[in-house]
Amino acid sequence: MAATSTNPENREAPGTGTTGGAATPTTPTRRGTELVLLGFAAVVVTCALTLVNLNLESQPTNQILYYGLAFLALFGLAHLAVRRWAPYADPLILPLVAVLNGLGLVLIHRIDIGNAAEAERSGDAFSPAAPSQVLYTALGLVLLTLVLLLVKDHRTLAKYSYTCGLVGLVALALPAVLPSVIAPNINGAKLWIKLGPLSFQPAELAKILLLVFFASFLVSKRELFTTAGRRFLGIDFPRARDLAPVLVAWAASIGIVVLERDLGTSLLFFGIVLVMIYIATERAVWIAIGLSLFAAGCLAAYSLFGHVQQRVDAWLNPMTSDAGYQLRKGLFGMATGGIGGSGLGGGRPSIVPYAENDFILAAAAEELGLLGLAALLLVYLLLTARGLRAALAVRDSFGKLLAGGLAFAMSLQVFVVAGGVTGLIPLTGLTTPFLAAGGSSLVGNYVLVGLLLRISDASRRPQQPSKPQPRQPPIAEAHTELVERPR
Amino acid sequence: MNKPLRRVAVAMMAMIVLLLANATYVQVIRADALRNHSGNSRTLYQQYSTPRGQIIADGKLLASSEPTGNERFKYKREYADGPAFAPATGYFSFVYGTGGVENAENEVLSGTSDSLALNRLQSMLTGQEKQGGNVELTLNPAMQQAAYDQLAGSGVRGSVVALNPQDGSILAMANSPSYDPNRLAVLSSDEQQQAWNELREAPDDPLVNRATSTLYPPGSTFKLITAAAALESGEYDYDSEVTAKSSIKLPKVDTQLPNYGGSTCGTLPTAPLWEAMARSCNTAFAEIAGDVGEKKLRETARSFGFGQELDVPMRVTPSSVGDIENQAQLYQSGIGQFNVRMTPMQNAMVAAAIANDGEVMKPHLVDKTLAPDMSVLDSTDSEELGRAVSPEIAHTIRDMMVKAEQYAGDEGKISGVQIASKTGTAEHGEGKNPHGWYVAFAPAEDPQIAVAAVVEDGGNVGASATGSKIAAPVARAVIRAGLQGGG
Repeated sequence: MAATSTNPENREAPGTGTTGGAATPTTPTRRGTELVLLGFAAVVVTCALTLVNLNLESQPTNQILYYGLAFLALFGLAHLAVRRWAPYADPLILPLVAVLNGLGLVLIHRIDIGNAAEAERSGDAFSPAAPSQVLYTALGLVLLTLVLLLVKDHRTLAKYSYTCGLVGLVALALPAVLPSVIAPNINGAKLWIKLGPLSFQPAELAKILLLVFFASFLVSKRELFTTAGRRFLGIDFPRARDLAPVLVAWAASIGIVVLERDLGTSLLFFGIVLVMIYIATERAVWIAIGLSLFAAGCLAAYSLFGHVQQRVDAWLNPMTSDAGYQLRKGLFGMATGGIGGSGLGGGRPSIVPYAENDFILAAAAEELGLLGLAALLLVYLLLTARGLRAALAVRDSFGKLLAGGLAFAMSLQVFVVAGGVTGLIPLTGLTTPFLAAGGSSLVGNYVLVGLLLRISDASRRPQQPSKPQPRQPPIAEAHTELVERPR
Repeated sequence: MNKPLRRVAVAMMAMIVLLLANATYVQVIRADALRNHSGNSRTLYQQYSTPRGQIIADGKLLASSEPTGNERFKYKREYADGPAFAPATGYFSFVYGTGGVENAENEVLSGTSDSLALNRLQSMLTGQEKQGGNVELTLNPAMQQAAYDQLAGSGVRGSVVALNPQDGSILAMANSPSYDPNRLAVLSSDEQQQAWNELREAPDDPLVNRATSTLYPPGSTFKLITAAAALESGEYDYDSEVTAKSSIKLPKVDTQLPNYGGSTCGTLPTAPLWEAMARSCNTAFAEIAGDVGEKKLRETARSFGFGQELDVPMRVTPSSVGDIENQAQLYQSGIGQFNVRMTPMQNAMVAAAIANDGEVMKPHLVDKTLAPDMSVLDSTDSEELGRAVSPEIAHTIRDMMVKAEQYAGDEGKISGVQIASKTGTAEHGEGKNPHGWYVAFAPAEDPQIAVAAVVEDGGNVGASATGSKIAAPVARAVIRAGLQGGG
């Protein structure tokens, strides 16, 4: 942490970063690196698309080149936005996202082809998922740009933390309370809001809003969590009333996701809250308390809800249970892929139901093999590690907590969905960030990445000697003061 | 806050490592067990994932595998002129299995044959797609098409088989009604089921290969065998005088056996054997059969192939003289009535044996099997089944058949080509129109084609149908197609 921090802020001239690079040559913006890596991502994605085309459509077309260029152009625009509004942002984040999103598009397109042929055979109706995914990619990049444009300083978000928390909770609760006409029950979960042709999952947005709220709340109450409390069995327990707000938010979100029957989101929220409290307080006791709560919650859910029992049964007996059908098909596909995979377009991923969203990792593992799956997982590791790196480097506590929370959220989501698909843990209904078909998830994750880019920009931006600041010192240093509250 | 953040980073890495370990377990360690699991439909689909070899005849592509884009059934079997060539190609259905050459040469076509082991190794090493071998048939496409057009064009039921007398190659093997194997190769299992049920329930058994499986009473065409038996006995020659009565009483029963139309065999009380053959006199051949005896008749029939198992490569139902309990039945059997039953293939073999100086060549449909690169794996050598009659006797019968051709109608005669033939008109029950037969070879002096044609139930002519009216034009058209290249 920057102990001798003056003021890292200099937001009067947003454009100074690009030109300011010359003024402080010791801190390169590294936007060039980002552009080169984006080009590399475009090459990888174009090659993948070419393979699909060669294997499935048998005649290569020049169009692929245009697709590749369009992809590069789309992310090139995002790159320009980063160059303009977050010039010191981490140069790896955007290319890593681009390669994930691009490969996701290729896989979805490839599964579309398989589904279309199968629909033709069986005479069922079919609509491809790739075109809308392209639209959502564009929308996601627009939102990422908007985040960079509107959130000039991530700390301003703290001012709206309670608003964020409230809106987040409402968004989370909305599908559960709305009538089925607007919020239909899809595959046993009530997560969606449908307005005409548009449908979205408010939980994706709620996740980020609640993260902002938790980060701000935990930073302002940090000392309460660490200092006060009662010793019991050699462990310092916090005071009950300090716990209350967090427990309320936590219980509410858990309650809602249980009502909406979405185990994945439930697990995700719980994990995020737990880890954020741990980061804020630096006390492992919270993990212990959380895990005990988690164990109790699991037992309760298992004994109370039929759908939870089904999931556990499918996980323990994937080869025999009815509910294990999808998991079984996915595992067969992965086994068929083996180490090297069948090659893009060479396998049969569309045998697995929902291969284009829930089971896209099984499709990737079948066609790209263990090597491809490992590569994808390492891309996720790299992406979340870059997020954590921003958290480590940024100077304010709120930023640290927010970036850490966001990075961990994505990491946990990948773990929960990949673990579910590969049979490591019970399957839950989470989407694979950036890879899986699904607009809300994609757009939500772009907002998340936008925030990470903003925080990483703040963490690397050189501290220029500037006018004396009338404002407070950074909150990370203000242990004995109350953090600025929303006015 | 950095210490817990670093621990979170370690936790994130641990999660990815867990996922990688589990993926390795699924895709490497447990992969074989999963791949061989009985519930794994991919193993079944694997059969349809490699392109099956082609079936070719004289440069014409009869059956080929075309890519579908469907990832379960990656290739679809396509048949050019399906119904015309169906008796040879058979069908390839993923619901109902295979028939015809598709069945008999399945190992070569699917690429699992031992002779293709080297190719399999090669494609494994080079990573190329495994391919099936090809099968080249002996069929003459023009003759096959002519045979099918003649039968199906006039809407009659029946069958034509044409052989090369010298080596036993099957030049044509057509049935009517036939079926379109394309309908059994469609990707929709519902459509396959519908086609299969329609074909199974169709009144005229289109799925039956009449040429090799249907036993017909041969009628007067059997007189060739009776004559051969007589000549072999040494008591008859070309000019032996035989009865010319218009009708005789069968021994020990009160039944008359008349000539066709009640006519005498010429103007004299006796007629030479050649004339009895040319005019197809029942009375004469009934007495000859009675004279040479059941044993000799059976022996001669057997030497032409009766009662013998034969695969061409599809199984040919053995023809049979049938049970003969008394002299009256022997008389009737001598003219191809009573219990004598022949397949069109067997009748073509009789004509071919006479054409080939008395030597019976084993009929075969597969000329050679070829590797995917069209190099020859195996070619079928012509094989002798045995000698039916001596060359002298064969020539004597040939001369009789040349005379018989003069009485066999003019329809479809080919100028400049001397055909040796024998017609037959087979009664097969009260009130039913007779089957018309025509067996022949041409040119008589230098036989290149032997053919047997049968048209069921009077064809389009009704009760007055004879072999010369309904079957001869069909067979002559096939001969013309063979000798003049379809002219």
